Amino acid sequence: MGYTENELAKDLENQEYKFGFVTNIESDKAPKGLNEDIIRFISAKKNEPEWLLENRLKAFAIWKTMTEPEWAHVHYTKPDFQDITYYSAPKQTKKYESWDDVDPEMKATMAKLGISMEEQQRLTGTNIAVDFVMDSVSVATSFKAKLGELGIIFCSFSDAVHDYPELVKKYMGTVVPTTDNFYAALNSAVFTDGSFCYIPKGVRCPMELSTYFRINEGGTGQFERTLVVADEGAYVSYLEGCTAPQRDENQLHAAVVELIALENAEIKYSTVQNWYPGDKEGKGGIFNFVTKRGICERNAKISWTQVETGSAVTWKYPSCILKGDNSIGEFYSVAVTNNYQQADTGTKMIHLGKNTKSTIISKGISAGKSQNSYRGLVQIHKNADNARNFSQCDSLLMTDECGAHTFPYIECKNSSAKIEHEATTSKIGEDQIFYCLQRGISAEKAISLIVNGYCKEVLNQLPMEFAVEAQKLLAISLEGSVG
Amino acid sequence: MIKIENLHASIDGKEILKGLNLEVKAGEIHAIMGPNGAGKSTLASVLAGREEYEITAGSVDFDGQDLLELSTEDRAREGLFLAFQYPVEIPGVSNVNFLRTALNEIREYKGQEQISAKEFMVRVREKSAIVELDAKLASRSVNEGFSGGEKKRNEIFQMAMLEPKLAILDETDSGLDIDALRIVANGVNTLKSSKNATIIITHYQRLLDYIVPNFVHVLYDGRIVKSGPKELALELEEKGYDWIKAEVDA
Repeated sequence: MGYTENELAKDLENQEYKFGFVTNIESDKAPKGLNEDIIRFISAKKNEPEWLLENRLKAFAIWKTMTEPEWAHVHYTKPDFQDITYYSAPKQTKKYESWDDVDPEMKATMAKLGISMEEQQRLTGTNIAVDFVMDSVSVATSFKAKLGELGIIFCSFSDAVHDYPELVKKYMGTVVPTTDNFYAALNSAVFTDGSFCYIPKGVRCPMELSTYFRINEGGTGQFERTLVVADEGAYVSYLEGCTAPQRDENQLHAAVVELIALENAEIKYSTVQNWYPGDKEGKGGIFNFVTKRGICERNAKISWTQVETGSAVTWKYPSCILKGDNSIGEFYSVAVTNNYQQADTGTKMIHLGKNTKSTIISKGISAGKSQNSYRGLVQIHKNADNARNFSQCDSLLMTDECGAHTFPYIECKNSSAKIEHEATTSKIGEDQIFYCLQRGISAEKAISLIVNGYCKEVLNQLPMEFAVEAQKLLAISLEGSVG
Repeated sequence: MIKIENLHASIDGKEILKGLNLEVKAGEIHAIMGPNGAGKSTLASVLAGREEYEITAGSVDFDGQDLLELSTEDRAREGLFLAFQYPVEIPGVSNVNFLRTALNEIREYKGQEQISAKEFMVRVREKSAIVELDAKLASRSVNEGFSGGEKKRNEIFQMAMLEPKLAILDETDSGLDIDALRIVANGVNTLKSSKNATIIITHYQRLLDYIVPNFVHVLYDGRIVKSGPKELALELEEKGYDWIKAEVDA
């Protein structure tokens, strides 16, 4: 049979469509907007297995039926979900001209990893592209080798999907299901990358795991998805975040972090967040809407520590589901808002098992014209005998135009529970500053001393290096803030 | 050490110091007494650098420097110390951390090296003994939970640690029992040298039994209206202030 005109027409039609698609992949940036095609595009770009694409599409369908929540004590112009690019090319990697140009912190960390001086110089030498993003082979090898010996898996989420699909399938979505909330559903549909960490039975991870080291092919991490699993008796301390402000055009960061601590395991998760907070007039800035939750089996413990100083709007409640008997959940937080920033943050401690304990220490600092809210839930279920909770939420007001709000919720369905709640509101008194001045201490140092004293309980929970960064960050965020 | 000439100061438009003159030389102890509202605490605040007060006239020479041109922290770094009448509490900041920060800021200002941890702790032990301040209090937050006597002793402890050229004690004796008074006085006396000076602002003669002044001044209606040797304090104790007011108002 001859080649008909119809067949030709059909061919041409298909060719055009395919052509268009290919161009997009080559330019490495999806067109703006959110629809099934974009999701397939993301999934294809990452070479994902069919089951994950199915998950994404299901999540997208669910998301479409949901309405954006409005109950938080924050005001912002709602993001136009069709006006966002859901996939963009990885960051341009830096080329270092000389050893002196290399970030001293990077040098220090490489040294800590036991990478020899020669190797370090080779890694960052002239004309060799370096930053931990690209240099997956060399750096990751030394680092991964040490962890590999112990059976610890620490890699990007995308890598985990390919290399450890069984683990990912088993645990993903078990703590934060797709239907959980609007942004979790969105994340489940369009997440780009994140971290995956698995600590085998009885293993104590010998070093702090940090996203700084994770090979990040995804780039901006707009919709990060992180999964940390500590098997029975395991321990891991995980650090998330970067202290460098991200001047990101993309406004919305909707991440999901799931932690699973199996019997007798412990996960310590620390975050120091300093996303771009918007300018002094409150224009621009990141919206940081995150769902973070951990589940504890018997005798397990999960500890969340966060220092939040950035973002125009922060909306997050790292929570613990204390499912197993004797499990422990902890939440330590310092949330700073300045200029026009807004924060509505806190935690949820859900007591299900018996003899469970939770501790909440929240320190809010408001300056400028910002609004800082603590929202917490302590929920004791019917069968959660002997539950114990201690909550302390303090607010420090630096100016007379800022606001601090507290929304603590206690839902107790078991009469053997002991719940304590304390709250204080204070300001840095002029007299306190004058006292410091009169002893020769400058005003900035005085504020730094006082704020650090105020946050001490929380800062003490951070691993050392992070604590030092956090202190510096606090000082910077509050520069010129005393009214 | 310090020369105050014709100092006029107001707050909220009301003039409190109306041409105050005072000269204190190194090695001397001066006491300033006077009725309530005379301006004693105002003088202390103005010298320390409280911004609420407006200086409308006069000058203050502090060891060759124009004191009024310096910021509060610079005045402190140049060696001016104020023992507060009501010391504030600073929760979360330990006494030790507070003092080490202060010491290092002063040293940095003078271009000196930062104090080593070891040297600092030796000094803390030495100086806290002078005012019989329990070492445990040193690691507590500044003045938090301190009794009145402990707060005043803490002021003298800080003075001992910072070694100022000129110390102004603003009613340090108020609220102290006999023992605390003795300890505070002993502390001040121990720190006295030919190189530093002290201005004691007080209502009561009693402290001056322990810290013997070279000169006693009466501050009334914003000016020093009478000066004399330590016996003047005894005379005031006996007669009150009326005879002085009469002299002045005549």
